[in-house]
Amino acid sequence: MTDPGIRTATVATRPRPSALHGQAPVVAVVAVGGAIGACARYAASLIWPAQTGGFPWTTFWVNVVGCAVIGVFLVAVTEIRTVHHLVRPFFGTGVLGGFTTFSTYAVDIQKLVGHGRPGTGLAYLAATLLAALAAVTLAATTTRRVLKRRTR
Amino acid sequence: MNWLLVITGGMIGAPLRYLTDRIVQSRHDTVFPWGTLAVNVTGCLILGLLAGGAPGQNLQLFLGTGLCGALTTYSTFSYETLRLTEGGAGLLAAANVLGSVVAGLGAAFAGVWVGGVL
Repeated sequence: MTDPGIRTATVATRPRPSALHGQAPVVAVVAVGGAIGACARYAASLIWPAQTGGFPWTTFWVNVVGCAVIGVFLVAVTEIRTVHHLVRPFFGTGVLGGFTTFSTYAVDIQKLVGHGRPGTGLAYLAATLLAALAAVTLAATTTRRVLKRRTR
Repeated sequence: MNWLLVITGGMIGAPLRYLTDRIVQSRHDTVFPWGTLAVNVTGCLILGLLAGGAPGQNLQLFLGTGLCGALTTYSTFSYETLRLTEGGAGLLAAANVLGSVVAGLGAAFAGVWVGGVL
């Protein structure tokens, strides 16, 4: 007969598996993906530079395009096909996460308000939010429909 | 040199977001994306501090464009909002949108103000 007291004690002293255990390969691909995404966003800002006090179109499109792509990608790799376990962290978390930005969005709104353009700031706030959510929803729904029809 | 700064910042920011999200999400049992909210608000605060403090171009590229840009994310934010809606948690989805925008803007404004004072 086993002693339940000892068993419980053993289980209780065992450390909880860490959320970071065995994460090195994932962290590495997220880092590489993040660098690629950040470079793509930086390139976009050099090609289409923002004008002080103007509507931040470059960041707007970066975020909307990133949201559309993540809608296609995550539906495809989580609901339709099975891919290597590093593909999602590399492209979804790394590249797309590094490409899109919430901080520039918020600080650009602050700058517009600070430059006496609260109307443009408010329009940018609402337009990004609506376009991003519409893009991810449309992309996910369309991908689901198209790929399910094909695999049927 | 500029590209190297953005690459280095991005290589730090993205894994920092991934690891923060894992740690935060492992510490609660709800479906609410606290991890993404946490990194987005933190990134807004840091970028606000940079905007208010007006540091040199190198620091702006490394910390601003690279690190904060990769630390924060709009794509995961909107995808998680969509997942909440699809899962029938419409209220949580609305709370995520409202909470992220209000807290992110609050952090950005506070950051700019503090950065200007420092």
